[in-house]
Amino acid sequence: MFYREAGQYKSDYASDQAIFPIRQDRIGVLLIFLFALLVIPFIATNYLLNSILVPFLVFSIAAIGLNILTGYCGQVSLGTGGFMACGAFFTFKLTTWMPEVNILLIFLMAGFGTALVGIAFGIPSLRIKGFYLAIATLAAQFFLIWMFTQNPWWTNYNPAGVITAPPRALFGNFYITGIEATPVNKYLFLLCFTAALALVAKNLVRSALGRAWMAIRDMDIAAEIIGIRPMAAKLSAFAVSSFFIGISGAAWAFMYTASVEALAFEVTRSFQVLFMIIIGGLGSILGSFLGAAFIVLLPIALSNLPAMVGLRLPVDLIAHLEFMIFGALIVFFLIVEPNGLARLWQIGKEKLRRWPFPY
Amino acid sequence: MPMRILPWLIIPPAAIIGLGLLLQGISAIDSQLYFTWGYFLEVLIAGTLQGVMYSLVALGFVLIFKASSIFNFAQGSMVLFAALTMVGLMGWGLHWTLAFLATAGVMVLLAMAIERAVLRPLVNQPHIILFMATIGIFYFLDGFGQTLWGSDVKQLDIGIPRTPIFIFEETFEGGILVNQFDVIAALVGGALVAILAIFFQKTRIGRALRAVADDHQAALSVGIPLKTIWAIVWSVAGIVALVTGVMWGSKMGVQFTLALIALKALPVLILGGLTSIPGAIVGGLIIGAGEQIAEVFLSTYIGSAIQDWFAYVLAMLFLLIRPQGLFGEKIIERV
Repeated sequence: MFYREAGQYKSDYASDQAIFPIRQDRIGVLLIFLFALLVIPFIATNYLLNSILVPFLVFSIAAIGLNILTGYCGQVSLGTGGFMACGAFFTFKLTTWMPEVNILLIFLMAGFGTALVGIAFGIPSLRIKGFYLAIATLAAQFFLIWMFTQNPWWTNYNPAGVITAPPRALFGNFYITGIEATPVNKYLFLLCFTAALALVAKNLVRSALGRAWMAIRDMDIAAEIIGIRPMAAKLSAFAVSSFFIGISGAAWAFMYTASVEALAFEVTRSFQVLFMIIIGGLGSILGSFLGAAFIVLLPIALSNLPAMVGLRLPVDLIAHLEFMIFGALIVFFLIVEPNGLARLWQIGKEKLRRWPFPY
Repeated sequence: MPMRILPWLIIPPAAIIGLGLLLQGISAIDSQLYFTWGYFLEVLIAGTLQGVMYSLVALGFVLIFKASSIFNFAQGSMVLFAALTMVGLMGWGLHWTLAFLATAGVMVLLAMAIERAVLRPLVNQPHIILFMATIGIFYFLDGFGQTLWGSDVKQLDIGIPRTPIFIFEETFEGGILVNQFDVIAALVGGALVAILAIFFQKTRIGRALRAVADDHQAALSVGIPLKTIWAIVWSVAGIVALVTGVMWGSKMGVQFTLALIALKALPVLILGGLTSIPGAIVGGLIIGAGEQIAEVFLSTYIGSAIQDWFAYVLAMLFLLIRPQGLFGEKIIERV
């Protein structure tokens, strides 16, 4: 009744190509963003900001990155953790080498550095496909982590191998990393940064480049025949994806855990991000956000649930049960909706359009 | 597939001798590198025997991938689950043979449960969805096994001797040190492969399995029950996981890290080819030997703990030359 586009005519090309062609969508997204920007910082507790919202935003960036590669270009990658580590260590090296450069620029530079690494590890994708490629990308995962743990140069010869993020301000006294940074500052910066990156990603996948990626995904030989260069398309997907993943790795180390260590980016991290995009929806920017929210919230909910219903279980039993329920839920979700949460949202939208009439 | 014997008689010895000569040359230039032929062979044999252990894990993957094109990431946690169950049953006072048989029964039940609860609802989904589902099974089994049997490190002792022995003492100075346990593990692996080969080639079920592996729809249309076949394949993979779990578990104790040996088997798989049982064996041997030689002779140059990634990089470089692996079916693509 309220959610329908009747009467909204498209009278020029700009409105035909709008990201949100329906007015209600535009208003809704704007309201959510304003709520997140103006209301949440005042009402949220530090716990909510630090352990739910900040990791959610960080993972959203990573999920968008992997979704570009796997969901849009069809190249399954299990090297996400390695690329996140790249972003984190590049940022650390750059910002300790040039402390006067703004941290935002450093993040972007680390992203570009990771993009180069991504291109290097993307080269096998020109010959290897499918599961062979997925396993080959594990080479990136293990090699990069090994490089960062073995070479003390990456940690500035810190004996512990674990380094705290140095304090850096975005402008004036607005510290976003280090001990001076308040959770609200980190959250606000990440919110705007993630929104900007999501906008870039959304526009990229609607561009000629994005259409080339999707053609490669649907069938690479057919795409080659209609004149898409597979090398350019695949390597650009690897580059853009690694750029996003590198930035998310930097944000993870500098804003979420506030320490840079290679152990945080083990292979389980790669699987986690892959889960996000599969549960959220392959080939959907919205799905990346939904998947990230789901995977961040699920373990928290699972570990708090027994205490909430008054059960007192030993800690290790809870940990094992968490594993079990997590695995079972993953399978359950795949069976119920293999196309992910984004698809559920689409179905919901269709229903909303007709509501309250049956058709 | 006709196997040409001659290359297999020539290439491996030639590669081993070539590698040895190369390392000898390096050691002649750089005195940091310790090299004698006896030592080289010792490392090579230790690595190859280790490789048999990798092959055992890879075998379980190949069985399932061949029959259902599912990349079963849960194989590692099936190994852990089988080993945990067997240790648990032995803890109740059962003899290890009885415990082994009982665990085999449990693995068959598990296979049927997986087929019923996970595979059947997901039939006809894209491969990546099924792959993700097996990661879900991986998490579930990890948690389930440890909830049932606890998470502390357990000893699994079925009486395999572990004393190292020396062979070729008259040929090489000091002889070559070989771990007796590894030799027995290799024999067990060989026996398992032989049994599987007979099962696949000579029995009615084996023929049906091969038909399903070739073409699902054609197999269905001649009346082969796909669901039963899948349950059988997962059962066989579960029993392979059990053997693997017994061997690995008695080597390094039954503990959570057992589930992660799957990560060791993946490069073996792609090196050998995802669809080939001989590939899993040969790939395992190459990876095991290569890894050991690299760790012992090259770690002075590029740093220690290179086992983590060496196998992957080796497999990846190999795939650049042969994208379907050593024995994999040639990938023919049509629009």
